[in-house]
Amino acid sequence: MYLFIITGIALLISFIFNPKKTLQGLKKAWNKFKNMIIPLTIVLVLVSFALHFMTPEMIEKYLSKGNQVIGVILASILGSVTMMPGFIAFPLSGILKDNNVSYMIISAFTTTLMMVGVLTFPVEQNFLGTKVSIIRNTAGFIMALIVALITGLVFGEIL
Amino acid sequence: MKKKFFYFAAIFIYLVFISISFVIDFEPGKNIGLNFTEYAISLVKIVPCAFILVGLFEVWVKREVVEKNLGKESGIVGYFWAILLGGVTIGPMIVALPVAQALHKKGASMRVIFTYLGASATCRIPMTIFEATCVGIKFTIVRYAASIPLLIIFAAIYGRVLDNRNYSRLDNTAQEN
Repeated sequence: MYLFIITGIALLISFIFNPKKTLQGLKKAWNKFKNMIIPLTIVLVLVSFALHFMTPEMIEKYLSKGNQVIGVILASILGSVTMMPGFIAFPLSGILKDNNVSYMIISAFTTTLMMVGVLTFPVEQNFLGTKVSIIRNTAGFIMALIVALITGLVFGEIL
Repeated sequence: MKKKFFYFAAIFIYLVFISISFVIDFEPGKNIGLNFTEYAISLVKIVPCAFILVGLFEVWVKREVVEKNLGKESGIVGYFWAILLGGVTIGPMIVALPVAQALHKKGASMRVIFTYLGASATCRIPMTIFEATCVGIKFTIVRYAASIPLLIIFAAIYGRVLDNRNYSRLDNTAQEN
């Protein structure tokens, strides 16, 4: 809601100062949006499947057992191919913690969830190009593993 | 073009699948269809505003300003702004992507872009508060302390390589002007 108000005010101020420039800006916005519609629809299709098959309950079931190494690998893969909003992801992390899932595994899951987007790849590709998108996602995955490792060390879960 | 055709075909098959699911009362199919609309609605609340603001940014903000603060010669200042900007970005990554593209068009370097995208994913302030309450403050602090330096290191390595090659494939919307 605040976002609508801010956008409205920004548009109004912009329009008062320079109507022509404002229209130009709106046209740019529309062009960007138009280019994104088809890839975004594909992402929505993928996400709608993911939300059905990868429920919080299922993720909880998979991450609540097994050893640390397998757990971290599984968590980072699940985090990469899943898509869920923060208001589901963090309570889920809380539940995982209560089920004695290690911080290292939770860290691997949340970081890949945020950094790596396999499902959102079509949209990312639309904006960044294929090469940069691949680099960014790969780097994000490696980074998530290192962050998980550091988390495990700090909480004394490994070594 | 081939990709576009493939996308259209996939969307068409999906629509047929969802329609049939509703006709024959196929529960999983119906659920998937509802997920689609639910997610689409959540995006409609944010995405149009984000695009309008990016459009306004593109017409009003001067190239020199972005170049000076976020460009190849910006040094540590560039990382600082990238993380701050990423931290206050709201909404899903779909919002951060057009922002990144707009910044790059105005002369921001690739290492700043990588840092921004990473920060908008991992260091969003509202999200962080929520995370700390759910999982614990220590976890969040450790995650931050590990993520931010790593983010900068990764961005510096990959970004520098792309910057040196003058990589600028960030705009397939180039035809718009």
